[in-house]
Amino acid sequence: MGGWAIAVHGGAGVDPILPNERQEEATRLLTRCLDIGISALRSNLSAIDVVELVVRELETDPLFNSGRGSALTEKGTVEMEASIMDGPKRRCGAVSGLTTVKNPISLARLVMDKTPHSYLGFAGAEEFARKQGVELVDNEYFITEDNVGMLKLAKEANSILFDYRIPTLTTCGGGAAMENQLQMNGLPISLYAPETVGCVVVDKQGHCAAATSTGGLMNKMTGRIGDSPLIGSGTYACDLVAVSCTGEGEAIIRSTLAREVAAVMEYKGLNLHEAVDYVIKTRLDEGKAGLIAVSKNGEVACGFNTTGMFRGCATEDGFLEVGVW
Amino acid sequence: MRWAIALHGGAGDIPHSLPPDRRLPREAGLRHCLDVGIAALKAHKHPLDVVELVVRELENYPHFNAGKGSVLTSSGTVEMEASIMDGKSKKCGAVSGLSTVVNAVSLARLVMEKTPHIYLGFHGAEAFAREQGVETADPSYFITPENIERLKQAQDANRVQIDYTQPVQKEEKDAAATIPNGDSQIGTVGCVAVDSEGNLASATSTGGLVNKMAGRIGDSPIIGAGTYANHLCAVSATGKGEAMIRGTVARDVAAVMEFKGLSLKEAAAYVIDQVPPGNAGLVAVSSTGEIATVFNTTGMFRACASEDGYSEVAIWDSPLK
Repeated sequence: MGGWAIAVHGGAGVDPILPNERQEEATRLLTRCLDIGISALRSNLSAIDVVELVVRELETDPLFNSGRGSALTEKGTVEMEASIMDGPKRRCGAVSGLTTVKNPISLARLVMDKTPHSYLGFAGAEEFARKQGVELVDNEYFITEDNVGMLKLAKEANSILFDYRIPTLTTCGGGAAMENQLQMNGLPISLYAPETVGCVVVDKQGHCAAATSTGGLMNKMTGRIGDSPLIGSGTYACDLVAVSCTGEGEAIIRSTLAREVAAVMEYKGLNLHEAVDYVIKTRLDEGKAGLIAVSKNGEVACGFNTTGMFRGCATEDGFLEVGVW
Repeated sequence: MRWAIALHGGAGDIPHSLPPDRRLPREAGLRHCLDVGIAALKAHKHPLDVVELVVRELENYPHFNAGKGSVLTSSGTVEMEASIMDGKSKKCGAVSGLSTVVNAVSLARLVMEKTPHIYLGFHGAEAFAREQGVETADPSYFITPENIERLKQAQDANRVQIDYTQPVQKEEKDAAATIPNGDSQIGTVGCVAVDSEGNLASATSTGGLVNKMAGRIGDSPIIGAGTYANHLCAVSATGKGEAMIRGTVARDVAAVMEFKGLSLKEAAAYVIDQVPPGNAGLVAVSSTGEIATVFNTTGMFRACASEDGYSEVAIWDSPLK
């Protein structure tokens, strides 16, 4: 055992009748990001650098729900959040409420490296971004036509929409949408998970790191913070393992999902696969979510209780897999 | 099974030489809030109601770092945050970046009960507060002379600090008060409670770190870091936010009980031990009515009581008379 390992995800909860074209696009993007990460690992970049690099790539591509291509708030704007964690000393950085920062994950890294704090939000985070001279763009840059359409659907259905919706469902009117409605805090939400992105890596030195980034829930209230920037919920890394989660944000927070994987390894002595399996099966209650994880021993695992999860993983000994279902 | 309650007004470098005019009002505040909590439990109020009620009282008290009396950001403003969690359902609510809401903990509860979300921050949270018609005040309401002074000290010393740290002499640096990146512990308030049916709840509220960057979020609104409750226990933590976040302190107490089979007291001690000295404290209760109050700082303002008649108000190691 040992050696590097990497996993990336583009969200858990995939529509069973996802058009082939979308599946192919997603698979191509995941493969490309995996390749970027693998090259970086072969060049001896550290885990923390690799996860940042890969997530930047995912944020820049408009396909998934992060950076450009983020889901829209109820006001039609974009508010992004992200977090990053470095296993060795459990250093971490997180940001929320970003509206002009091109790569949220890099700002999260700057919070970790350049401030005495762990988490900055909203105006304060934007101010910090300006001072750090990171690349800033207009909020319009992040908004895609696809998502403007999604927001409209979500408002019509008057529910919180997960990111992935096939346009054809609207012809069935509210009916098909209603079948897929789950109850959350007494309000209906649809079944599918938002396509948050994430990456976990263990490098040749056995150091683990994790990073997660998202635009959040379609039609969310402005100011809503989900699990992605919360250390222990959406992201976690320590000496043993690195985890990045995706799915129903509220369920992930309630179950402190990312920390849970590490806790059962640490306190119950489970190995990576046992831990991921145990947590997904028993810790989510009614919630729908997925996660990717790597261990310091060079293992990689993913688990989800949704209909699918966009993901890719690779290890130094040549294992490589990209999957949707 | 019996009811129990524990509350805190912050852990930190509280000097034994704390002058009476700073110590007595806080002791009185702790006693008062404990009484409020005990009365509510005796009246069979649900722990979720109890912790909200007690934390509201603590927020209204200007001597603790929450609500009125919150410490100031580097711009001299107040940015408050809080979270609340119900053990049985694991429903939770959190808010950050509030500047006009009189009781952050109550807004956190409304987020939990009236929105499909768990956590709202800044302008979105303030807008929600107005929609809900909660009590708001001019930002100046929350600012006290003590905190203006603390900010000045911190800015003079050019570091972020807890509200109890003694003024740093320019010539000498107190080794305990000097932390590598300028950070120091925080005061915060919180309450945990369990009723005689084993229902648990936790709530935490704070103004954060003196001289913090605007927009800085600490552990208090983060589920698993500053606040946590499940079927086993309820925990509210206080200390250096960044250390509590990295250590997932509140969550770990319950995890260690469940996965290592430790008792509440053992679990609390184990977890606090993992955090660098001088950085953390917590109060916790278990489903069976046990209480734990542990800290690795000089002191922690706290009070607790249980149905069997035990009650205690304390700052340092031994309970106050």
